Amino acid sequence: MQNAIKIHVNGEERTWCAGATVSDLLTELDIKTERVAVELNLEILDRSAFGQRQIKDGDRVEIMSFIGGGSSSRGQHG
Amino acid sequence: MADDRLVIAGREFKSRLWVGTGKYKDFAETKKAIEVSGADVVTVAVRRVNITDPSKENLLDYIDPKKYTILPNTAGCYTVEDAVRYSRLARAAGVSDLVKLEVLGDEKTLFPDTAGLIEAAKILIKEGFIVLPYTNDDPIVAKKLVDIGCPAVMPLAAPIGSGLGIRNPYNLKIIMETVKVPIIVDAGVGTASDAALAMEYGADAVLMNTAIAGAQDPIAMAEAMKYAVHAGRLAYKAGRIPRKLYATASSPIEGML
Repeated sequence: MQNAIKIHVNGEERTWCAGATVSDLLTELDIKTERVAVELNLEILDRSAFGQRQIKDGDRVEIMSFIGGGSSSRGQHG
Repeated sequence: MADDRLVIAGREFKSRLWVGTGKYKDFAETKKAIEVSGADVVTVAVRRVNITDPSKENLLDYIDPKKYTILPNTAGCYTVEDAVRYSRLARAAGVSDLVKLEVLGDEKTLFPDTAGLIEAAKILIKEGFIVLPYTNDDPIVAKKLVDIGCPAVMPLAAPIGSGLGIRNPYNLKIIMETVKVPIIVDAGVGTASDAALAMEYGADAVLMNTAIAGAQDPIAMAEAMKYAVHAGRLAYKAGRIPRKLYATASSPIEGML
């Protein structure tokens, strides 16, 4: 990969390519943009910004969505 | 009771039973239990997307946001900062401005940190959120939450997941008399009679998760809860007879031999 950078996605380190956007990352991870929230270095992004915001070396990306929960569940998938 | 609608912040709700979506064995069971319960408000938590297995199904593939009011919570948040952050993430994930605000004080009891709750609620209300706070059965805190702009309050019946039922009915009654917004009894319900009792006391709705999801037959319990909440509401509206120490005959004495 050219211009490889290191980023953190949901706490995991990943190699990524310089210049790619948040939309590119979601596409790569096969995550639908509706119903997710993306936080880039603690800044919550507007969905309309996904296509423009580039991810830089060392960036921390959090991709969040809704899971089953009532009160104070630790959370679970399926 | 077709017109007996619950209204919170201008939104109308058909069902006075609200349900959580945690602890079910799979999404199919979650969906079925919610359908059977008749609930039109369902709570969800906000968590990291599973990026290692993106093919995994999403809860909202089963619970249609067009059909149900999705109420994101800040479950698992122990600080004002975390609760505010999760609320903002929930809004960004795109359902609505509604949030069931939880700021927890302690892992063992999961009781709310009411000082933190008020602080977080103030911040979020200023940002335009419709804050439904999960609070203690404390009438003073309930009043403070209403004073700062919460359109409903959600006092607990007992600790989350405990199934103990209403531990302090007198405090709940005082809250119902003190605040003029809808009261949703949240957490601690164990079985149908607990839910009916909450409604008979005058609660506007009951929110539960574990009582249904943790039952041996969650689908059957979902149905039981639907009737319990409905019966409790009807009894409250009907007005119960006063309690008396001695008997009053219900058959006339006249005409006896």
